[in-house]
Amino acid sequence: MSAAVETGPRNALSSRWQNWRRGAYRFRQSTLSIVGLVIVALLIAVALVGPYVVPHPEHVAGGVSTAMRFRPPSAQFWFGTNELGQDVFSLVVAGSRISLLAGLAVVVIAAIFGTLIGAVAGYFGRWVDEALMRFTDLMLTLPSLILAMAIAAALGPGIGNMVFAIAMSWWPGFARLVRGEVMAKKEEVFVQAARALGAGAPRILMRHILPNVISPIIVKMSLDMGFAILTVASLGFVGIGVKPPTPEWGSLLSLARGYMPDYWWTAIFPGMAIFLAVFGFNLLGDGLRDVLDPKARR
Amino acid sequence: MALLEIRNLHLAMRSFEGEAHVLNGIDLKVDTGEIWGVVGETGCGKSLTGLSISRLVPTPPARYLAGEILFEGRDLLAASEAEMRALRGRRIGMIFQDPTTNLNPVFRIGDQMVDVALHAGHADPAVLGLDRRASGRARRKAARALAVRMLERVGIPDAARRVDDYPHQFSGGMRQRVLIAMALIGKPDLLIADEPTTALDVSVQAQILRLIHDLVVEDGLTVVMITHNLGVVAQLCTHVAVMYAGNIVEAGPVRPVFKNPGHPYTRALMAAVPTAGTKRGELAGLPGIVPSLFKPPPGCRFATRCAHATAACDLGAPAMRELSPGHSVACVLAGEI
Amino acid sequence: MLIYTVRRLLLLIPVLVGLSLLVFTISHLLPGDPVKLAAGPQATQAEIQSLARELGTDRPLPAQYWSYATGLVKGDWGQSVLTRRPVWDDLKIYLPATLELVIAAMVLAVAIGLPAGLVSAVYANRWPDYLSRTLSLAAISMPRFFLGLLLQLAFAMWLLWLPLGGRFPIIDEPPPFVTGFLTIDALVAGDLGAFATALKHLALPAAAMCLSPLATITRMMRASTLEVLQQDYVLTERALGLSQRLILFKYVFKNALSATLTVIGLYVGWLLGGTVLVETVFDWPGIGLYATKAIVTQDFMPVMGVTLAIGVVFILSNLVVDLAYGLLNPRVRYE
Repeated sequence: MSAAVETGPRNALSSRWQNWRRGAYRFRQSTLSIVGLVIVALLIAVALVGPYVVPHPEHVAGGVSTAMRFRPPSAQFWFGTNELGQDVFSLVVAGSRISLLAGLAVVVIAAIFGTLIGAVAGYFGRWVDEALMRFTDLMLTLPSLILAMAIAAALGPGIGNMVFAIAMSWWPGFARLVRGEVMAKKEEVFVQAARALGAGAPRILMRHILPNVISPIIVKMSLDMGFAILTVASLGFVGIGVKPPTPEWGSLLSLARGYMPDYWWTAIFPGMAIFLAVFGFNLLGDGLRDVLDPKARR
Repeated sequence: MALLEIRNLHLAMRSFEGEAHVLNGIDLKVDTGEIWGVVGETGCGKSLTGLSISRLVPTPPARYLAGEILFEGRDLLAASEAEMRALRGRRIGMIFQDPTTNLNPVFRIGDQMVDVALHAGHADPAVLGLDRRASGRARRKAARALAVRMLERVGIPDAARRVDDYPHQFSGGMRQRVLIAMALIGKPDLLIADEPTTALDVSVQAQILRLIHDLVVEDGLTVVMITHNLGVVAQLCTHVAVMYAGNIVEAGPVRPVFKNPGHPYTRALMAAVPTAGTKRGELAGLPGIVPSLFKPPPGCRFATRCAHATAACDLGAPAMRELSPGHSVACVLAGEI
Repeated sequence: MLIYTVRRLLLLIPVLVGLSLLVFTISHLLPGDPVKLAAGPQATQAEIQSLARELGTDRPLPAQYWSYATGLVKGDWGQSVLTRRPVWDDLKIYLPATLELVIAAMVLAVAIGLPAGLVSAVYANRWPDYLSRTLSLAAISMPRFFLGLLLQLAFAMWLLWLPLGGRFPIIDEPPPFVTGFLTIDALVAGDLGAFATALKHLALPAAAMCLSPLATITRMMRASTLEVLQQDYVLTERALGLSQRLILFKYVFKNALSATLTVIGLYVGWLLGGTVLVETVFDWPGIGLYATKAIVTQDFMPVMGVTLAIGVVFILSNLVVDLAYGLLNPRVRYE
């Protein structure tokens, strides 16, 4: 169909600005993206100030009050209390910081490691590329959750170990992304010029190529956040990584399993927290991708 | 009664930048047996006119503001979807520009043709040479036989075997033949062809034009041929309508229009066609740009590019005036320049 | 096609060698001494050494890998240091259980997801579309273990309609082993009662597992249907009068399916790797629980076996998808 309408020439700068405005317009038009943004903002706020304003900070630190075991949700205990008489609300709020930080750390470490591998493979090409990418593909074939569990279990309990273990199963995605971007960029004129001027490989990579591939990396990081949080909770749920009394959402849920169905609130609220956090990041990431990647939008 | 009559058709198209008035009062009367060429530049609305006849313009984003499209006196814009469907493929056949993208790549061409034949046969069993009581199996068999016959008619060698091939196994020209066979398998009365030769090699173009010509003559088809190529019109058509920015600016039998063009735009179009006698540097382009259809000027839409434009041109849309029987022009200076 | 399949299978060999080498290397890079753990806390140095000799872990690593790799080919996948049972024998029991679960979940996801995506695309940007898009994003965000828990709570604890967990009641005699898939084995044995029992046990875990692939398939199918609907040939089909239903469910469906197929293949591997969570919730005796138990006790051979098995199934399912892709798409040539 030829419904094209001539609107006169436009220069590149104003068309980029136009694209940007269109993107922002689309984002604001999409109710779901806004909902995602609100959830994520709320979550960050809770993670920042939550631990200082919770009604029972002593429970977060591991304190117990056995006299108050298994109280159902009420005005005093919004989310009820658990088998140790701890306030579930306080634990869930405190858990937001752990989940967010752990998720962020996973994504950042995976991005750094993946970028390193991908950039080297993409820049040097030939056998280096071949070897690194075969390795990356093999890593993608391994079941990532089992791999993360095995690494975390071998390293011993602790959030740091768990984050490292998950990141070690997470980087291949970043490596593939960065390799493609670097391969496209290294043929561009400004890189050729830098090479002609005698710049070495590390300098070209760090100064000229990587700054130009940073935006797809950031998009992937934002898209991955939700699932990173989910994976952290999964490991907590199977009992690998974080150990009580750390109020991690997954391990809270895992402990609560034993007290179903009578004390359902001990499980429902941590579970809802995981769901909401993941949902919020996914909504946001989806909206961001629509804005930043016009090809994928519908 | 004319087979097809478009009266004062106005169509608006919504987009990010606003609503564009893309068809601005189209009038076209097509009698049985006539072969109309609709010519104009990209974006002038000629394809939308063609699609409107089969009512295939998606609404929204498009919106019909006014007008009617009468097929045998029945207004298609008021018809139900089921009524439209009964016309499509059976009474109105369509061919589009690019044969490489208009065949479904993952189905055998026979599959697609059989479905069209079955659809047409459902509306009128005579298409398949059967009566209403024929079983599904008999219909399918007849539809397949018809598909092979149609492929033979459009000049596909070894049609009985090739009916089971996939589109990618045919060349571009052959695919357009398949599409023509598919458009005609329901024995339509009206054929709408939207740039059927534009995407083809020059050598193949002539073959396809001849094929369309022969089929049209054999079947006594009425045709609306959308094209930007005046040569195609000269070779194939009995009538021509020239479109500019959503208006028909000149229409009539091919001979008087080509011999004595009344609209400056038609003249410019004809001057832009190179002939064997054209000397270097003589080929005329057209200066200026098409006006924005989001805020069209109140007067003649061609005035921004017209060498003869006067103050009178901006006063209001010029009405169609008849220069000779059947040949009319929408220009205030018609007959004077 | 046959030649292509054989070639693809031959190409698997280097991949499998690489996979086994990778798994072997990772397991030896990790800290922790499984032999010491297996020997028990009170074991003397001599006891540990003799156990190491018995298990072959005192030899140099290349030698260990060589015997492991040659063992794999012969069906000797090593043995658990804890239970002393051969890994292969365990996998023969646990892998079918997991596969049954994964396949049931995938069948559900495909059966609902494909039409849902198609409908969502047809109603693009109207309420059925918004509903299905919001629901699928929510479904992807839903932790499977939490969903499993909620399902348990609702159907097994409050409504008492379905069993809480497990694969078959312990007190009952399961149907004789044929495929390892209890539903199929029950049918083979002609035991409809056992079939119903197996199905009831399968229902909740399969539901918990299918939600995420269901949502992804819906989204993928929606996107590819939207793309196909823009194609010229759909306009031609409409212009020649074919009914909306025929166009959608025959002509558009087949085109949109080939793009979605890739996702289906990837998901089989992903589900296999993530089956741990659902198996934990429902006490489903599959490779996930088996692996978890081994991981916690740092019993490496079973973990390596499970990882390899999942890798192999993943690669094979992608091969099947590629072959199916060729069936759907005549332009793909196998040469």
